[in-house]
Amino acid sequence: MLDNFRKITGSKAFSAVIALGAILLFNLVLNPDFFQITIKEGHLYGSLIDILNRSVPIMILAIGMTFVIATGGTDLSVGAIVALAGAVAVSLIRGDTEVLNEVSAMPLALVILITLGIATLAGVWNGLLIAFIEIQPIVATLVFMVAGRGIAQLITGARTLTTNFHPFSIIGQGWFLGLPVSLFIVVIVASLVLLLAKKSAFGMFVESVGISRSASAYSGIRAKLILVVVYGISGLCAGIAGLVVGSNIMCADANNAGLNYELDAILAVVIGGTAMTGGKFSIQGSMIGALVIQSLTTSIYAFDVPPEVTLVVKALVVVMVVLIQSKPFKEGVKKMALRGRQI
Amino acid sequence: MIKIQKLFNIKYVTITATILLFFIFYATGSMQYRGFFTLRTFVSLFSDNAYLGVSAVGMTLVLISGGIDLSVGAVAALTTMIIAYGTEVMGLPAPITFAIALIIGTSLGLLMGTMIHRFEVPPFIATLAGMFLARGLCFVISIQSIAINNEWFRSIAKWKIKFQGGKSYITVGVIILIIIVVFGIWLMKYTKFGRTVYAIGGDEVSAKLMGLEVGKVKVAIYGINGFCSALAGIVFALYMSSGYPRHLIGMELDTIAAVVIGGTLLTGGSGYVIGTVFGVLIQGLIQTFINFNGTLSSWWTKIFIGVLLLLFIGLQRVVVILSHKRQTSNL
Repeated sequence: MLDNFRKITGSKAFSAVIALGAILLFNLVLNPDFFQITIKEGHLYGSLIDILNRSVPIMILAIGMTFVIATGGTDLSVGAIVALAGAVAVSLIRGDTEVLNEVSAMPLALVILITLGIATLAGVWNGLLIAFIEIQPIVATLVFMVAGRGIAQLITGARTLTTNFHPFSIIGQGWFLGLPVSLFIVVIVASLVLLLAKKSAFGMFVESVGISRSASAYSGIRAKLILVVVYGISGLCAGIAGLVVGSNIMCADANNAGLNYELDAILAVVIGGTAMTGGKFSIQGSMIGALVIQSLTTSIYAFDVPPEVTLVVKALVVVMVVLIQSKPFKEGVKKMALRGRQI
Repeated sequence: MIKIQKLFNIKYVTITATILLFFIFYATGSMQYRGFFTLRTFVSLFSDNAYLGVSAVGMTLVLISGGIDLSVGAVAALTTMIIAYGTEVMGLPAPITFAIALIIGTSLGLLMGTMIHRFEVPPFIATLAGMFLARGLCFVISIQSIAINNEWFRSIAKWKIKFQGGKSYITVGVIILIIIVVFGIWLMKYTKFGRTVYAIGGDEVSAKLMGLEVGKVKVAIYGINGFCSALAGIVFALYMSSGYPRHLIGMELDTIAAVVIGGTLLTGGSGYVIGTVFGVLIQGLIQTFINFNGTLSSWWTKIFIGVLLLLFIGLQRVVVILSHKRQTSNL
């Protein structure tokens, strides 16, 4: 019993689950309608569904970011890749036409394939800089973070391109079995990544590179290849998130699409219990982390507070979660508790 | 002769490259556009980018120590809000709002430094929280832009040293920048504090074992950077004469880019404040180029800065590899 308890409290995602629980409980007390789910026209509606739906892009980014952070790196470029993917997809759909069209210039499958291909390439580029030229991850990805939005603007001609092509809107706005289509995308991405992490040696290799790159290389792990693949996956995830975001707003906004998403994604991973120093990781934790961030935002909206003030609460929650995870803080609290007992 | 040798010393390669690049850029611009090679354009490089320079000096310290600070733009924006709200809504004298802003900026920095040092929170996350907090507080103060009409403030903002018959001038912002740069150079070059910062960036554990006051210095670095961010906010408020919660979004990236282009290694342990000044000027030059050209769109700034970053990081790698080889061949 005690062992089980320890197992649960010791798990990496524990503080994230507690934070999520606390936010939901807070809502239950102050706003009972929060948990109501109604069915309208065969779709499920309610705050909970809303939270799930809105957290999709960050969840997908956080899944890719988990591997990156597990190798001891960070990927600052994902927000820019989201914008780039949206720009590529919408401009491919529009083709050469200057007017708003309801047909696509290219089959949707091809559009998705090319977009994801370009996003993956962007990630691989980061990986190559980091693995072979040995540039620090923060700097290498900073380059693409700055330049990526510029490239996206180059593609859109610095305009906000829009489209009316209906099938494209299904990705981010469609419904299936009463639930948003984008939720199914998250489930598919998460299952594939978990399969890769748990059922193959890849997950272990990632952890090993994160704990010590040189030791991994000496023991025969192709650390450089692992790094390139990891950043490639992060780019691919950013591409998928970019499609969801682009489809949701049905336009390519190179300036604002995915703005600051990299920060939320990194935050989600850290709240989910993966240490920024690398090593062990938890993909489920990162997804819960993304839910924590989104449920916080949604519940603050429910109280008629200006949305921007959310940032203050977000800051406090971040500080609380990282302090709970901090070793010196835990030890300090333990010492204080012991002192209290002696008195 | 010795001086030339010193210039090509491996230690100074990146900073030499930065300064050379600045002059090449400047020469190209001067040859291409009329009015580029004038004192006015040169001086306006400083007055238009003074806020960036002030913040970049603080960031140089942070990056040399091997850390990072994402909160600078938000703290500077908060400063503009404090000044605007303090003078316009609360009717406080402007100097008092300046003092309040500087105290709040420094305290935020010290808090983040404490989180980083005492509780071993990664600098990225601690300062991200600081950024959220400061940006959020901006919106708590007001959602709208507030114009600053305070008389004393206006007179400071308008005050300038004119020369060339008023065609070129130096603003208060530029004077603040010069003071901060001189202070930064002195701090990093001639004090124990500065040497400790380099030591922490080189190897924190060794620095601790050498008996240096790693903890105090680390917290102080973030405190100083918080002060610089608030000061940058004051300079920016003087430049814009308004407080706005959406001011300076993304400034932290420009600042970090300027410091990296200025030759500071992001791994820590190496870099110069004077390099940072040239990094800021190069960013200003790119902007001036685009203004003079008129047909280039602003997104080219982003692509240019990305390419420049890449160039400098590549150069830094070469330097690190070469100095590594030299060390091992000396053995």
